[in-house]
Amino acid sequence: MTSATLTQAVGLGRSTGTVETVAYNDQIIRYSVVATMVWALFGMAMGVWIAAELAFPALNLGLEWTSFGRLRPVHTNTVIFAFGGNALLATSLYCVQRTCRARLWGGANLALFLFWGYQAYCLMADLGYPFGITQGKEYAESEWFADLWLLVVWVVYLMVFVGTLTRRKEPHIYVANWFFLSFIVMVAILHIGNNLEVPVSFFGAKSYPVVSGVQSAMVQWWYGHNAVGFFLTAGFLGIMYYFVPKRAGRPVYSYRLSIVHFWSLIFMYVWVGPHHLHYTALPDWVQTLGMTFSVMLWMPSWGGMFNGIMTLSGAWDKLRTDPVLRFLVTSVAFYGMSTFEGPVMAIKPVNALSHYTDWTVGHVHSGALGWVALISFGALYHLVPILWNRERLYSMRLVGVHFWIATMGIVLYITAMWISGVTQGLMWRAYDSYGFLQYSFAETVAAMHPLYAIRALGGLCFLIGASIMAYNLYRTVRGDVREERSFLAVPTARPGAAVGTA
Amino acid sequence: MAFKNFTEFHHSIERNVFVMLGLTFITVSIGGLVQVIPLYTIESTIEKVEGVRPYSPLELAGFNIYLREGCYLCHSQQIRPFRDEVERYGHYSLAAESMYDHPFQWGSKRTGPDLARVGGKYSNAWHVAHLSDPRAVVPESVMPTFQWMATRPLKFGDVQAHMRTLRTVGVPYTDDMIANAKDDLASQKNPDADNEGLLKRYPKAVVANFTGDKTVTEMDALIAYLQVLGTLVDFTQYQPNQFQQ
Repeated sequence: MTSATLTQAVGLGRSTGTVETVAYNDQIIRYSVVATMVWALFGMAMGVWIAAELAFPALNLGLEWTSFGRLRPVHTNTVIFAFGGNALLATSLYCVQRTCRARLWGGANLALFLFWGYQAYCLMADLGYPFGITQGKEYAESEWFADLWLLVVWVVYLMVFVGTLTRRKEPHIYVANWFFLSFIVMVAILHIGNNLEVPVSFFGAKSYPVVSGVQSAMVQWWYGHNAVGFFLTAGFLGIMYYFVPKRAGRPVYSYRLSIVHFWSLIFMYVWVGPHHLHYTALPDWVQTLGMTFSVMLWMPSWGGMFNGIMTLSGAWDKLRTDPVLRFLVTSVAFYGMSTFEGPVMAIKPVNALSHYTDWTVGHVHSGALGWVALISFGALYHLVPILWNRERLYSMRLVGVHFWIATMGIVLYITAMWISGVTQGLMWRAYDSYGFLQYSFAETVAAMHPLYAIRALGGLCFLIGASIMAYNLYRTVRGDVREERSFLAVPTARPGAAVGTA
Repeated sequence: MAFKNFTEFHHSIERNVFVMLGLTFITVSIGGLVQVIPLYTIESTIEKVEGVRPYSPLELAGFNIYLREGCYLCHSQQIRPFRDEVERYGHYSLAAESMYDHPFQWGSKRTGPDLARVGGKYSNAWHVAHLSDPRAVVPESVMPTFQWMATRPLKFGDVQAHMRTLRTVGVPYTDDMIANAKDDLASQKNPDADNEGLLKRYPKAVVANFTGDKTVTEMDALIAYLQVLGTLVDFTQYQPNQFQQ
């Protein structure tokens, strides 16, 4: 298949007159877009709160429901599953219908069940955490009853997605759908594998996982890292493969690279979990496997990044005139950065320093804010005018403001965490001239204070940016258009400034 | 089937949903299977050491409170074999020491110090003061306060159901342990009671009136759990090379 066929698959080259129109189900996509934005604001606000708790412990309020330990799962589950999950619902179901030229399989009611069922899961999980209903596994805190419910919803998601693929009127399945499909399949496997648990009673919330100790650790991080690899990476690569070409008006850079990227990425990701358990009681052979695959994974990751960014070949000028594309491309750049940082941190001697410190937290957030959130924002900015049939966004200038305040927030966040992580790691292992440990643990905590304050500030910037976006989208949906200077107008006062922009 | 090139070969895959689905399923299954299954079949995965036992009823209640409060989000229970960690926290952690933890509490972050061997390091009174107001004891601390826990009566009437559930997933609770669970729960808080049976069932359990309160509170349970952490294996009995895998 050449780039010309790929162009067709993305729908760039098609003249609408020659193709019969399909009545797409856009209702569920509009719902998911609204849900994405609402959960984003809530989840990020929770993040800012708990970040501030670490800088100023009085913000725990002395209440059991608002302590860091109870609220942290609310933050992580909301941003990953509620915000990220709804962004994936919206984009995957939009993309699969367009690239298959087929209406969603299963009818409108099944789609509504999928949407509301998923929101019910998010609510069920989030409402339990402040009251201490948790199974105590990071990123999989929801208890057995919510897990069972999610399983039902997820099977429906798989059915709707695969069903739509079988209805396609294009001979090929477009590459974005490969990634969405692998994400849905693997999340189902992970969810079942990591949540094998026995409830204490049918009417109680408490359950005990079947596996314990070292096996429990391995299963947890097999799950944990693949929640990153499939939920937050493969799914969002699906977004990249559809929305970047669409927005840039260019075909995907290399079809061949897409194939290599896809299969190598989904094969290798699964092996890297043990890098969360370096130097622990997990047997060395597993740690070595995890480290090796983590380093190898750098290549498929960068192959994908390359494919995404080079899609802009011949359209680089649009970065200056289209802030939505700027979101999409910057997110891919952040993806490249954190998928380089990850393999480095997975090397055992580096991990000896970085593990248990804020460096890990910073790494996660360069991926979560820089990659996952920015690409979701870009996709949403692209989708809203289409879904609500508006001429354009309310304000492109506000998109530009959002871009800069969000980027500033990310930079503040991750630099603060780099410094605090490396500082604390070095302080823990520092010896004085007499051969004693130089710092008490409490001294290393005190050293973190200014950095925790900066981190909270960075998060606050990011939240403000998202609020500006929510306002912009709200006005767009209402049908308002702000009169403003277009990004297309290039000042002509400086000769030469307009060269190449045509 | 002869294909002109690699991409044409892939056409045959990407034009069929179910081939795509099947191959994806196989591709994503391999890594997990290779890494998890041998952990059950290779015998040296969990070291053969003496002393590790299931939690006493009061400790189990404490374990569940530890989990409920999300302590694992800021405290690890896994000491790595580095000079500084061993000097700061004690002997590096063994897989055997967490074999009855459903789920494991190794953690991933040390916003606070590692707790794998916190048992016996501080007095019960210190723990009460620290949990109630961490900054009164450690001014630099950023830990939330848990003063409400000191007065809240422990609700663990279904302790036997918990122990039976744990037995179904492999924790060796005996009939004797389950039958005596409620008595053991109360007597671990009462140093004046006859605790011979309790200590026979759960050697090295710390018996004390942790909070000084009359009723068994949630804080009693949490401290009973903290005080046993990392104390069960007697490392003077073993040479370091015995733990090599």
